[in-house]
Amino acid sequence: MSQKVLLNATEVNITLNRLVCQLIENHDTFEDTVLIGIQPRGIYLADRIKKMLIEDYGLENIKLGYLDITFYRDDFRRSEKTLEANKTKIDFVVEDKKVVFIDDVLYTGRSINAALTAVQSFGRPQEVELLCLIDRRFSRHLPIQPDYRGRQVDAINNEKVKVSWVENEGEDSVYVINS
Amino acid sequence: MAELSVNHLLGIKYITAADIDLIFKTADHFKEVINRPIKKVPSLRDITIANLFFENSTRTKLSFELAEKRLSADVINFSAAASSVKKGETLIDTVNNILSMKVDMVVMRHPNPGAGVFLSKHIKASIVNAGDGAHEHPTQALLDSYSIRERLGEVAGKNVVIVGDILHSRVALSNIYALKLQGANVKVCGPKTLIPKYIESLGVEVELDLRKALEWCDVANMLRVQNERMDISYFPSTREYTQQYGVNKEILESLDKEIVIMHPGPINRGVEITSDVADSGQAIILDQVQNGVAVRMAVIYLLASKIQ
Repeated sequence: MSQKVLLNATEVNITLNRLVCQLIENHDTFEDTVLIGIQPRGIYLADRIKKMLIEDYGLENIKLGYLDITFYRDDFRRSEKTLEANKTKIDFVVEDKKVVFIDDVLYTGRSINAALTAVQSFGRPQEVELLCLIDRRFSRHLPIQPDYRGRQVDAINNEKVKVSWVENEGEDSVYVINS
Repeated sequence: MAELSVNHLLGIKYITAADIDLIFKTADHFKEVINRPIKKVPSLRDITIANLFFENSTRTKLSFELAEKRLSADVINFSAAASSVKKGETLIDTVNNILSMKVDMVVMRHPNPGAGVFLSKHIKASIVNAGDGAHEHPTQALLDSYSIRERLGEVAGKNVVIVGDILHSRVALSNIYALKLQGANVKVCGPKTLIPKYIESLGVEVELDLRKALEWCDVANMLRVQNERMDISYFPSTREYTQQYGVNKEILESLDKEIVIMHPGPINRGVEITSDVADSGQAIILDQVQNGVAVRMAVIYLLASKIQ
């Protein structure tokens, strides 16, 4: 197994700042916008973006929720293991809001497809956008593309992209792991 | 991730503490789902479930059907009163006929103890026991423990007394297994005639005095007197039963702590429990009903994920 660094802590920080600025360009005060981190890995990125919007850019009242897509996945009984659910926490109304899905890696697009179905349980959003830190192009199974993209990667299928965060792995970094 | 150690839920006797833990964690997520504006997930859209009720049921049948529909499974219902069972068909024939219509899971209530175990040896489908005679009613015991966990934080170390007709109760047996598995202390209380002779072998204590039992416990699970299963007279009169084993406001207020009152339903108001107790904040009877749907969703989801 070999791994190479795709983004180090400084590069992650620069990319995050750009993504946050792009969000502000499009959503201004975030009055009608809600952020939704996709469980399990998207919530760390979502937490970080919320923190930056508040602390670095002085925005208030940023609404952030977590969405678990386990029960909406299309591989129930197709994967070898039982799918384990994570916590969904959305304590605001999604109806008529601009929703921004936040996930760390966009790969086949199936998670986002499931998330699009799942979010409808909380109302009919005005529009849905997608922000991802890493976009693995050429590996999509569905016609889904990000609106805000950190970095594009041409990783091949047996390579794995791993995003680490200070909060749980001790460092901000993105690795490509070849197994 | 973890999965259930069994392919059927035939009784609490056959599952482990880890299984119960997994079912409860999954039920937590489903409880959140059933409180959403849209209470349905598409997980089981390619699963067909047959609800076979060879014995009457209102709440359990509705609860299972709702759980299945909230998971988007296709559901077919069958009740013995309107079926070929009356024409002399055997259980295996009835079920095999239904399974030949491509059914993946069977939820069954049957008056004969062991009907679920028997069926599991002869057919290819996942089986959930929804009550077999006076033997087991595993999903009821799971939702009871889940409700205790929700109200008191955990089940381990809690003192639980099961009051009433222990002899004819499948709820009592499943509850005893489930509570002991999770580390609770269990006593049973009722007229001596309604307590099975060797019940102590399950690790529970017998207490014939209701007041002493209530003073000891954190939770009292009140059972109904099952007149329909009684072929002889087990106590002199309903009035005498109520005087000795009925819970009322006075006796609860005379205790030095507030205990949790549970009841699996249907309630005979004024017999084992008075209306003012059943409708009070101490009673979690309606929470049990709501939790029933979440727990049954968890059981069905986890079993369905093991179907090949």
